[in-house]
Amino acid sequence: MIRVVLPPHLRALANISGDVELHVDPPVTQCSVLDALEARYPMLRGTIRDAVTKQRRPFLRFFACEQDLSHEPPDATLPAAVASGAEPYFIIGAIAGG
Amino acid sequence: MSKVRVLVGTRKGGFILSSDGKREKWDVSGPLFGGWEIYHVKGSPADPDRIYMSQTSGWFGQIIQRSDDGGKTWHQPGTPPGEATTTPDGMPKAESNKFVYDTSPESGKPLTTHQWYDGTQHPWEFKRVWHLEPSLTDPDTVYAGVEDAALFRSTDGGRNWHELAGLRGHGTGPQWQPGAGGMCLHTILLDPGNPGRIYVAISAAGAFRTDDAGQSWRPINRGLKSQYIPDPDAEIGHCVHRIAMHGSKPNVLFMQKHWDVMRSDNAGDSWHEVSGNLPTDFGFVIDVHAHEPETIYVVPIKSDGEHYTHEGKLRVFRSRTGGNEWEPLTKGLPQQNCYVNVLRDAMAVDSLDPCGVYFGTTGGQVYASADSGDSWAPIVRDLPAVLSVEVQALP
Repeated sequence: MIRVVLPPHLRALANISGDVELHVDPPVTQCSVLDALEARYPMLRGTIRDAVTKQRRPFLRFFACEQDLSHEPPDATLPAAVASGAEPYFIIGAIAGG
Repeated sequence: MSKVRVLVGTRKGGFILSSDGKREKWDVSGPLFGGWEIYHVKGSPADPDRIYMSQTSGWFGQIIQRSDDGGKTWHQPGTPPGEATTTPDGMPKAESNKFVYDTSPESGKPLTTHQWYDGTQHPWEFKRVWHLEPSLTDPDTVYAGVEDAALFRSTDGGRNWHELAGLRGHGTGPQWQPGAGGMCLHTILLDPGNPGRIYVAISAAGAFRTDDAGQSWRPINRGLKSQYIPDPDAEIGHCVHRIAMHGSKPNVLFMQKHWDVMRSDNAGDSWHEVSGNLPTDFGFVIDVHAHEPETIYVVPIKSDGEHYTHEGKLRVFRSRTGGNEWEPLTKGLPQQNCYVNVLRDAMAVDSLDPCGVYFGTTGGQVYASADSGDSWAPIVRDLPAVLSVEVQALP
């Protein structure tokens, strides 16, 4: 199972407490993980990726295994530790004031 | 005994303020969706328990929320808790967060750009919903004014949204440009006597009218003069901040422009200035008394470079003559060291008698008057900056 850690606002929006566990068939990519996440929680459509272009929203970042994967291609395979569930996949709100 | 429900959008969440018809003691509930910008909250005139909310964020984008029980519970339309959110073949039932500009061949005019700050053409990009205007007769029909400026409509309770592309496509769209706050469609007025007639206003493009329910549009800016555009009398380019109308006289419109308070007696075909003796005619809000169509309210703001109250005094100005002759309303409002703004969607009137008037400030105060503005008292003082105020009078 893939483990996804969401920022607090998105957990509240989807009425989730704690991490999300998703089954994703290999190859496990950012795109397939986000597709599975949005299928489970349709209320998150458009909040992580643009509803039309599927581009990452500018002030969100994707981290895993101490790496910033935000600029990786959506179809690039995620690290094996994420695919195995050993390490979580983080969706992070970028730091900004106000 | 009637009840009153004031719906407040702020920079960091929504609030609902409730009172009985005396409007003296208030309950404050919230924040709803704390941390999110709540640009606008408005109830359906046809079903007051149906309330729509624009919830938005620079991080997470646009969310539409809906309540069917007067604000007790909320859900994204089409995704109520406990119900299947997809069809049997796996497709989403609703896409309430999805606002996609119409570029279909059927629209005939698939606009792709507008004027940018530097004069170049810039693609239309959806950013947020500024204003939600529920239909006067159908709780499931609601209009959304968005940034970058366009008008959307949902006829299924906010589940799905479709652009009324004739507005962007009528011809002047490529000349529209953003003001400092972005290129937003912020005002939507529905004519109660003519279902085909809708007025909208856009910063900084101007006012527009349709007489065929949104298929075709035309600018209605004759008489506006704006020194900040190359041709002060141009057909478009005016930074209209707000338009107000009384339902009994839908051809009479009142406008707070970037500078100037204006009036039209012919459904926007022409305008004339009614700033009269106002200490400054810059401002954002304007509204009309619920029972007196010639009684209007504004809150003068010092200048376009100083978005705070004039002389440190928070004063609502009232005209009982449809403009030109204004009186300051100060009882209960701070008259020294007050430097707040009142944003364009942050004033409302209720339908009780005497008429209640409400407004919210960027300092987080929401003030109410239960006597048509003669005296004021704060309902709540320390909310986040107020973006919008609407009110419902309930049986």
